Amino acid sequence: MIRLSSTDIDNAEGAPATDELRSSLVEGLVAELHDGVVASHLVPGRDVWVRVTADAWESAGRVCRDLLGCTYFCYLSVIDWLPSPFGRSMDSSVDNVLEGVAAKDPEPMTHGVAGGESRFQLIARLYDVNRHVGVNLKVDVPDDTLTMTTWTKLFGGANWHEREAYEMFGITFAGHPSLRKLYLPGDFEGYPLRKDFPLLARMVKPWPGIVDVEAMPGVADDEGGE
Amino acid sequence: MTAISERQQRAYIASQAADMRVNVELETEGMTLNIGPQHPATHGTLRIIVKLDGELVVAADPVPGYMHRGYEKLTEVRTYPQVNTLINRIDWLGSFANEVPFILAAEQLMDVEAPPRAQWIRTLLFELSRIANVTLFLGDMAVQLGAVTPVFYAFRDREYVLNLIESATGGRFHPNFDRIGGIKDDLPKGWIAETKQVMVKVNAFCDELEALLLGNEIFNVRTRGIGVIPPEVALSYGMSGANLRASGVDWDHRRDTPVGLVYDKLDWKVWTHPDGDSFARYWVRLQEVREAAKMVIQLCDGLPPGPIMAKVPRIIKVPEGEAWVATENPLGEMGYYVVSKGELVPFRVKIRSASFNNISIVPWLLRGVYVPDVITILASLYFILGDIDR
Repeated sequence: MIRLSSTDIDNAEGAPATDELRSSLVEGLVAELHDGVVASHLVPGRDVWVRVTADAWESAGRVCRDLLGCTYFCYLSVIDWLPSPFGRSMDSSVDNVLEGVAAKDPEPMTHGVAGGESRFQLIARLYDVNRHVGVNLKVDVPDDTLTMTTWTKLFGGANWHEREAYEMFGITFAGHPSLRKLYLPGDFEGYPLRKDFPLLARMVKPWPGIVDVEAMPGVADDEGGE
Repeated sequence: MTAISERQQRAYIASQAADMRVNVELETEGMTLNIGPQHPATHGTLRIIVKLDGELVVAADPVPGYMHRGYEKLTEVRTYPQVNTLINRIDWLGSFANEVPFILAAEQLMDVEAPPRAQWIRTLLFELSRIANVTLFLGDMAVQLGAVTPVFYAFRDREYVLNLIESATGGRFHPNFDRIGGIKDDLPKGWIAETKQVMVKVNAFCDELEALLLGNEIFNVRTRGIGVIPPEVALSYGMSGANLRASGVDWDHRRDTPVGLVYDKLDWKVWTHPDGDSFARYWVRLQEVREAAKMVIQLCDGLPPGPIMAKVPRIIKVPEGEAWVATENPLGEMGYYVVSKGELVPFRVKIRSASFNNISIVPWLLRGVYVPDVITILASLYFILGDIDR
């Protein structure tokens, strides 16, 4: 589902129809970055997502920190939007009984809120501890270079998060002071959190599966099921 | 080759030392010291490589990953209820608190709300987890300073709280009690009365530790003014929880954004300390245990009747969407960014654990401190290895 405008608003139940605080964050980013903001998505009373261009990534962080008051660095991570190439082979035989054995067609790559064009997307969250409002920043990582500008000059905490993104997804951060592996041994090959990295334990031994759920308290087995 | 690199290393250390105007006139030789991964003062398998100039640390490089279990990958092949079992093991001293933000994120995507009684019991167990977690810190910090007695008190009184969690959930360390739409069971008979009695003991424990430690001269000399973190640096590294409040930042998810929990119905206070040193971090946590005990008593008194489970399908499919939910866990802000594609399993779960950010400040913080202070600063930052490595 791709939403390209901040006026496209999901009305969460009971939430106010407008959210001036969060929309002011989006407006602040648009005012500073102009074309750098590609898309945004706002759920009033809940959260806001802003997608920026790769060139505007560093300045987006700077604008949030210096002008919009989002000084708290929450996290930085990557989403790999490639549908898992292993299909149902990761499911257990029990699941196949319930859902049918037929292999599903390979799905097209779809992106989440605020859209996207590349396989890898960087997502970072910055927070304003005085106004208690946060912003989720997204950026498409160019498919050919898999390189992004570093945030380490803006936020000290970005150092480890970028190292984690580097070893788990293979994204390089230009200008990072010491882009080494964080968790994994130095000679580890592959990028474990990519969707095309097989989870060997699951392929070797089937998992008990979704039938293995207990009945909810106070609900008879035949109630509430799908 | 080796000779050159060694010389380079020494030159590097000397330059670092010169930059900070430490000890250059004595011309002590640089030394690289490896602390851990197995070391009593590292609370698990955190390895730290420190470069020393005499007794001064000129550079510190923590090496996490000895306990990396790949939870973010494993969540992608487990159904939502199964993920719950995994994430119990992130911060194993306050396990129930790990479950809550994930369940709340899934509920947010499904547009389900737990009934009031379930929300109250969630908050109740959340605060009990905090007490079980932080009391151990209060004792352990003293051990790092050479005082062994407080940790025995801590283990003794934590045991009462663990017994409560066990009698309510069946698990001492890993309750796995939270469910999408509510909680697994109601509280057992007589539990409320027992809980209130235990809270009296917890308060007495806090008073006891305060009398033992806070006025103690050794404790004060070793913690006051040591490991000072200014608020802007703490924010830039994403420190959260008591570590941030000890630097004077007045921010607490429980008070400011109590999503799905009932903190707004309770009378309590967020404590901050302006100093930002090891002492402040200890003091803030001590007050937090007291506040938690106060909240638990209020939660016991105000517990509303009613169902503990909303109507949810037996086989849980979470609709397509993305949600971020964070709560104020014992160690700090813990959040889950859940991406769902409408399947039985999450598409991607980013686990934002508090200790990861809290400990990423170590290279900045340990530069220029003395070796014995390394131990107290690490202890005062208070991390759980499972919470760093995930």
